[in-house]
Amino acid sequence: MSTLIKNGVIVADPWTRLANPDAALPEGDLFVPLTVWHTRKAALLSHPARIGLWLETETLPEDLAGIAADLSRFAAIAIYIPRFVDGRGYSLARLLRERYRYTGELRAVGDVLHDQLFALWRVGFDAWALKEGKDAQKALQAFATFRNPYQADTTRPPLFRRRGSP
Amino acid sequence: MYRYDDYDTALVVERVAQFRDQVARWQAGELTEDEFRPLRLQNGLYVQRQAPMLRIAVPYGMLSSAQLRSLAYVARRWDKGYGHFTTRHNLQFNWLKIEDCPDILAHLAQVNMHAIQTSGNCIRNITTDPFAGIAPDEVINPLPLAEILRQWSTFHPEFAFLPRKFKIAISGAREDRILGWFNDIGLRLAPGEEGEPCFSVIAGGGLGRTPVRGKLLKASLPWRHILTYLEAILRVFNLHGRRDNLYKARLKILVEALGLPEFTRQVEAEWQCLKDGPATITQEEYDRVAAHFHPPAYRKLPQENKENCRPQDQDREEFARWRARAVHAHKQPGYAAVTLSLKSPGQAPGDITAEQMEAVADLADRFGFGEARSSQEQNLILPDVERRSLFALWEAARAAGLATPNVGLLTDVVCCPGGELCDLANARSVPVANAIQARFADLDRLFDLGDLRLNISGCINACSHHHVGHIGILGVEKNNAEYYQITLGGRSGNAARTGEVIGPSFAAADIPDVLEQIIGVFVARRAPGETFLATFDRIGLAPFKERVYADHAHGTGRRRNQLETETPR
Ligand code: SF4
Repeated sequence: MSTLIKNGVIVADPWTRLANPDAALPEGDLFVPLTVWHTRKAALLSHPARIGLWLETETLPEDLAGIAADLSRFAAIAIYIPRFVDGRGYSLARLLRERYRYTGELRAVGDVLHDQLFALWRVGFDAWALKEGKDAQKALQAFATFRNPYQADTTRPPLFRRRGSP
Repeated sequence: MYRYDDYDTALVVERVAQFRDQVARWQAGELTEDEFRPLRLQNGLYVQRQAPMLRIAVPYGMLSSAQLRSLAYVARRWDKGYGHFTTRHNLQFNWLKIEDCPDILAHLAQVNMHAIQTSGNCIRNITTDPFAGIAPDEVINPLPLAEILRQWSTFHPEFAFLPRKFKIAISGAREDRILGWFNDIGLRLAPGEEGEPCFSVIAGGGLGRTPVRGKLLKASLPWRHILTYLEAILRVFNLHGRRDNLYKARLKILVEALGLPEFTRQVEAEWQCLKDGPATITQEEYDRVAAHFHPPAYRKLPQENKENCRPQDQDREEFARWRARAVHAHKQPGYAAVTLSLKSPGQAPGDITAEQMEAVADLADRFGFGEARSSQEQNLILPDVERRSLFALWEAARAAGLATPNVGLLTDVVCCPGGELCDLANARSVPVANAIQARFADLDRLFDLGDLRLNISGCINACSHHHVGHIGILGVEKNNAEYYQITLGGRSGNAARTGEVIGPSFAAADIPDVLEQIIGVFVARRAPGETFLATFDRIGLAPFKERVYADHAHGTGRRRNQLETETPR
């Protein structure tokens, strides 16, 4: 089982991903792509373990709007970042958290590296499957990069609304 | 100038620590080259032809005398004793070692300077009018909002990895001195119907490979909404901008592809969800930031506050020449703004030595409130000089080589570092600039030609904005040789537009002669008092073209492809 950074600690990752959309559903917590959710919804709803949604970086805001009513059914949403310089996932995360009030786990997967953790956290991610071969223990330091950044994030209003108050 | 509080300072210090750690992990092999490159670029660090280059941010062009002295120290201790001002206010050091950069940035952090987002595919340093806050034609001082934009764009978590770089310019003057039509976003402030500051938002402009004039996206946006509105634009760009082709990734391409109505619709839809959210600026925050600028303590002076130049001064004529070009009107009675030219003959345009940085700092302290500005034209400006001190200022500036009387004239060339330093260059731009400066060195002639903006870019990236030069020169590569394409009639300002290509390109050695011919047509055809641009608008491109291509068929090459000037430095 691979590891995951979650809530500031390294934990085991119980989730698997449905690679073949037509395959029988494996046991355990399972990520499925958007299309599979749409086509196999009934089977997924009766799956005995947790279901998560797997989103590609090309996901459009319209796709999120289309699935807004179902979001509470997902225990986790993973956004796949193919290259760390592809910043679309950051906007998708904010949309999920702020517009659609998604409260479950939001996980960054793919080319996820130490130096992006802090910004990913600020837009609403709370779980990171670090790229293979990277030092997760060291990466935990990234959460302390800046104490008081200027902008709002999913936990705090912008600095100008907090300035002066401790 | 905006004074940092503890929050502002802490962010700069924390950024140094973060970058130091990134460099260490790169050195230890924990970060691959591909992983490190975007990180160092977001901190202004390029690896260039000769050595690494570090681009220091000068937010909206404002510098304190303490910052100038710090830059001078860096130039001496870690570089070759000079730096280079870009067309976006920033200062570049060209001869550093990567491993020194954390220490350099730590040194600069002591005066709240940094290299944050001076490169990379993120929101870049915000540019503004070098006369912001002091220009007589200004209707709203944009500086507090420029600082609010700086803070908002610094480490914005959603927009750290955009499809491409993103440039914002802001002004509150009647005349556009920010290239508002040619930035990703141009912001022009003016009073709205109820007198409150409102923005005209121009989107999707840019120069470079595909010059596009921006489009008016929103006519009157109340200032409080500027951050949420920009977030809406950036979100649409971030999600829909092209990421498959570097050359088609800028906002201008997306706006063209979607069409203005559809782009506007998407931005508005996004904005409706963000509007009135936490990023809406409060009056308290505006007031706090404005107060942190510590407005200069101007003295009450008569408007007719004549400079202290006595008729017997032998230098009177030389002073008058300089004064005619370098001194600018000021909102405040009895004060003037003064341009210190970084375009002395034989110097690379925009270059400044450590000694000059210190000299400017001294001048800023002695004749102003300890502040200077860097302009898009790669000069420095002292914003608040008492008129009666102009003669004394001139003498001191002249002694430091900062009083070349050519501001706004042909030899005040806007020019990028080009092929001698820049990796992307097709051609050397600096020797061409110097050759032209040498050819047009005669001051009587230069003054007779009047307002003339020459911009030279070493490649199509157009860092020197050659498209909007009255005369633009662009370095191109042909058959492995350096050639130069000339455009005429470009301009910045409210009526900004790109110039027209005159025809096939020229060898470097021909450029001074070709310029001579272009100028010859202007002088022969101008009406009394007419500027180059006015003549061009009246007679069009054809007479220039005829003259320039009259004596030779293109391609024969006039002379060897060599310039007869010394390479500077
Ligand atoms: S215009 Fe081209 S050559 Fe000049 S600095 Fe920019 S990228 Fe380099």
